[in-house]
Amino acid sequence: MLNILGSSPRIAKVPWYKRFLMYWVNHFQQAVGSLGELWRTPMASLMTMAVLGISLALPASFHLLLKNAERVTASWDNAAEVSLFLQPGLSEKTTQNFIQRISLYSEVEAVTYISKEQAIVEFREMSGFGNALDFLDENPLPAVVQVTPKPQHASPAGAKLLLAKLQQEKEVEQGKLDIEWLERLHGMISLVVDSVVAIAFLLLASVLLIVGNTIRLNILNRRSEIEVMKLVGATDAFIHRPFLYTGLWYGLIGGMIAWVLTSSLVLWMESAVIRVAGLYQSDFRLLGLSLAEFVFMLGLASLLGLVSSYITVKRHIHLIEP
Amino acid sequence: MIKFEQVSKVYSGSHQALQKVDFHLQQGEMAFLTGHSGAGKSTLLKLISLLERPSDGKIYLNGNDISQVSRRHVPYLRRHIGIIFQDHRLLMDKTVFENVALPLVIEGYGRSEIERRVMAALDKVGLSDKAFCVPVHLSGGEQQRVGIARAVVNKPPLLLADEPTGNLDPKLSTEILKLFEAFNSVGVSVLIATHDLGLIAKMRYRTLTLRNGKMSSDGLLGGSYA
Ligand SMILES: Nc1ncnc2c1ncn2[C@@H]1O[C@H](COP(=O)(O)OP(=O)(O)O)[C@@H](O)[C@H]1O
Ligand SMILES: [Mg+2]
Repeated sequence: MLNILGSSPRIAKVPWYKRFLMYWVNHFQQAVGSLGELWRTPMASLMTMAVLGISLALPASFHLLLKNAERVTASWDNAAEVSLFLQPGLSEKTTQNFIQRISLYSEVEAVTYISKEQAIVEFREMSGFGNALDFLDENPLPAVVQVTPKPQHASPAGAKLLLAKLQQEKEVEQGKLDIEWLERLHGMISLVVDSVVAIAFLLLASVLLIVGNTIRLNILNRRSEIEVMKLVGATDAFIHRPFLYTGLWYGLIGGMIAWVLTSSLVLWMESAVIRVAGLYQSDFRLLGLSLAEFVFMLGLASLLGLVSSYITVKRHIHLIEP
Repeated sequence: MIKFEQVSKVYSGSHQALQKVDFHLQQGEMAFLTGHSGAGKSTLLKLISLLERPSDGKIYLNGNDISQVSRRHVPYLRRHIGIIFQDHRLLMDKTVFENVALPLVIEGYGRSEIERRVMAALDKVGLSDKAFCVPVHLSGGEQQRVGIARAVVNKPPLLLADEPTGNLDPKLSTEILKLFEAFNSVGVSVLIATHDLGLIAKMRYRTLTLRNGKMSSDGLLGGSYA
């Protein structure tokens, strides 16, 4: 007769390799089984997954909005151009040397030189004061060098650094950077980003609670089954598994719902934007979710489902005693 | 097989359910546990299967002190004890086959092994033809036999039964007890809690009697009820 406890309570009645194989077969069966369980209460399951989908679709849509907005404003960033007014009375050679030198700065994309003469011609054309200039003895305008920073230095902060550096040059009398509006725009964007992140956290927290509550109801519904399983020697881990799979399915399917919602929103927005902007001719396209973002969203949704069911299951199955 | 040493059990907010109980059930022995309702029979069986923990005293299973068994290891201990309940404790939405297979699935047996053992267990209790029915469609006696098949399917060395004949007429009760005798004859230790004294008298086995949580007699209930 078997020793009831022996030295180890895990008496191997089944060889380890069979046990190992059956462990995975069981996992698979429980995964499929818990998917089937969802159909037993289709309305409740669908509601949970829909709430999950909507909660994820909101932050995802905000993210897309920002992504597209950033794409548009990226072109405006080139407006962060530094104008350098040169000291009066520099020789042609010194000026050329100076231009040569700053073109070699690692931050600099391009340099345009506007001589005093070109400046006055431009001024005559642009302003209506051409005749007034004839009364002056000499050309009052300084020579200007316009410096375009490389894209990675075109942010307000980067352009400011470049300006400070350029102002150190002795040929420069004064430098100017017109970025106030750009700073405001960036400030607004980061404010929006911050609030979206906060809202996303609230939504994800509600997802945890919703999935947790559904799983809790599942556990209560199957209380007697859980008791019987414990009576015949099921470990907690074995009893947990179907519920963990249920949480995983909720997350995965909820994630897919979120993807469908966001993609529909993109399609709808795209046609709306094209109509409003009268862009029929252009090949304008809104950016949708990339493959990596899609995978991330599904992964996050599954993880949320799994984590919330794990927390619930850990607490409630422990409490059920036959 | 089972040894109680001065075992007491006090439920919280209740009087003492068991008081300094001593007994020793030998390996391969079959015995009845009897006493009035509320005497502590169910409590005693629950202590053996660790459904409850004793307030005092020591319980040994096969020489091992089970108060040392941690919560994590309780499931593994239960796999060596077949437990049978008055209310069967079957899963009503699963087939008879699935009910009986449950202990084997939990232990990680392969499909063909499960099929072989479940059919063998159902054959022993005479229910081979009902394998794919759901328990609701079975009579009380048949449901109880499904419970017994589930308890013996992984060949535990010890069977505990709490009022296994409680809802059955005398003829069915005798059939159920014959089943226990058959398992006992192949070396399984059996402890049956019942208040059906008529049944006990017919079978002539060692009988442990509880009265208000105390072991009041231990031995053959000779003659008087025969
Ligand atoms: N879970 C419990 N909580 C509190 N008291 C209990 C519990 N289970 C049983 N009791 C009490 O313990 C005593 C013994 O009960 P029990 O072992 O069920 O007796 P029996 O099975 O012989 O009828 C009774 O007085 C009962 O009320
Ligand atoms: Mg009882």
